[in-house]
Amino acid sequence: MTPEELLTFASRRISGRYEVDEFGYDAELNDKILLELLRPLYRHWFRVETIGLHNLPPDGALVVANHSGTLPIDALMLQVALHDEAGRVVRLLGADLVHRLPLLGHLSRKTGHTLACKEDADRLLRKGELVGVFPEGFKGIGKPWSQRYKLQRFGRGGFVASAIRAGVPIVPCSIVGAEEIYPKIGELRPLARLLGLPYLPITPLFPWFGPLGLVPLPSKWLIEFGEPIRSDEVDPAEADDPMVVFELTDQVRETIQRSLNALRLRRGPAFFL
Amino acid sequence: MSPVTRTVLVTGISRHIGARLASVLAADPAVSRVIGVDTVPPTSLTRDGGAQLNPLGRVEFVRVDLRSPDIAQVIAAADIDTVVHMSLMSGPAGSRPAMKEHNVIGTMQLLAACQRSETVRRVVVRSTTAVYGSSPTDPAVFTEDSEPVEVPHTGYGKDASEVEGYVRGYARRRPDVVTTTLRFANFIGPKVDSPLTRYFRAPVLPTVLGFDPRLQFVHEDDGVEVLRRAALDDHPGVFNVAGDGVLLLSQCLRRAGRFFLPVPAPAFRFLGEAARAVGRMDFTPDQLALMSHGRVVDSARLADEFGWVPKHTTASAFDDFLQTRSTW
Repeated sequence: MTPEELLTFASRRISGRYEVDEFGYDAELNDKILLELLRPLYRHWFRVETIGLHNLPPDGALVVANHSGTLPIDALMLQVALHDEAGRVVRLLGADLVHRLPLLGHLSRKTGHTLACKEDADRLLRKGELVGVFPEGFKGIGKPWSQRYKLQRFGRGGFVASAIRAGVPIVPCSIVGAEEIYPKIGELRPLARLLGLPYLPITPLFPWFGPLGLVPLPSKWLIEFGEPIRSDEVDPAEADDPMVVFELTDQVRETIQRSLNALRLRRGPAFFL
Repeated sequence: MSPVTRTVLVTGISRHIGARLASVLAADPAVSRVIGVDTVPPTSLTRDGGAQLNPLGRVEFVRVDLRSPDIAQVIAAADIDTVVHMSLMSGPAGSRPAMKEHNVIGTMQLLAACQRSETVRRVVVRSTTAVYGSSPTDPAVFTEDSEPVEVPHTGYGKDASEVEGYVRGYARRRPDVVTTTLRFANFIGPKVDSPLTRYFRAPVLPTVLGFDPRLQFVHEDDGVEVLRRAALDDHPGVFNVAGDGVLLLSQCLRRAGRFFLPVPAPAFRFLGEAARAVGRMDFTPDQLALMSHGRVVDSARLADEFGWVPKHTTASAFDDFLQTRSTW
């Protein structure tokens, strides 16, 4: 930004004259501040490479990705990848735990996330937005190191039903690299229960090194977008037919698992490269 | 078939929006009579320009306590065909039980009177988007069919949910009557006096630390206009009414140019109670929820049915309020 741009930016922010959408997404804050903070991590720390950006349809779609890494850094990196490399704003659907937390809940709205619920997913897809979802949820992100790159159960397939209702394609997305940032080798169950958290991890660095243990390991990342899977061939009326939904859910899950395996081989070792 | 000459009953006429609606209806040649009822005479309105009632002179005021069955006599005596029920108190002016009684028992008596009436053809009820409650696990945008995750269990929102319940019951028993329920977002405008406008007029504004709620406003002009349209034409159903778009509380405060003071939620509650104790503000727990989690509604159904959208967006309504905000 030139000094002049910086000045108008600052005065616009101070006077409150900027747009926020109905979900609380603040495009300007997201691009100029929030993503800017993540970009060094994306470019220099994880050296993220993207594959298959051409598979993203020009209009609304549902990006379905694997979830890993103990903390949802993979979601943020996916967001930077789509914003900076594909020029797309992705609207991620997040766990209600995040939305209950002060500060984090509202920050996540400003960066374009919303609650993972049927109403919000349907509304965003109807508006033609690119929506991102991690159907494994906490089972995926909190899985132990020994389970790395093994996709967990995909919930009840609510995301598939939303895609069918909106008639938008599903883009399978595989993220390799996030598994290694905080290898979860154990967990502090009683303390997690006490704090009301789904898990509290023990990693090689956490909690032994205190806040230093929160520095993610610098693994090498690859993010691949697969060929879109059509959902508009299914009659929207069948969006609540469990048979149809589970079948499509399995297809998406298998596609991502296959691509994860291939991508892992392609990357090679996570560190020192 | 709606009759050519109309006699409209407006409840809650001593409050700002009710008074404005009554005078607008009185000025309409399609309306033959406007009868306004309230528990207090509208003269108390002169302090904020309520005098507009008298120049028109056509609004007939009847002092009725809605909680008493007297309202039935008013309806029977005047052959009322349209009832606009505006008499909902959003904050406890006196005690909370009195507010609840005013809101809920008042509505029951009014609807009981309407049910017995042979002439009432249309009932319009002012409700609020507070019926959706406010929680972090609700959908981002409420439509009229949304079921709130947490049903409001205090204050205005609870009263309004109960009022709506009675309206639904009434509509079931009298399917020949057109009922319209309007769920308004927070009213804002030069002359609106509500807990929220009083909040924005304060010199220093406490906010809940770590929360930046999404808010929506409806300008008083738009509120009067949609009520007028509902009173004069058949628009059966439940409708959200809010200005387009949203403002974050942080945006409101920056636009207002006021100092704000983020305090933890318990301290915010304490400040609210303290402000209430000194009579500066009506504070209820549902306001803490609103100031933490916010609330946004979809007004698409209103646009479809009425063929009309509010002239003011949420942002322009707020700006209009700021421009005319009385200075301290």
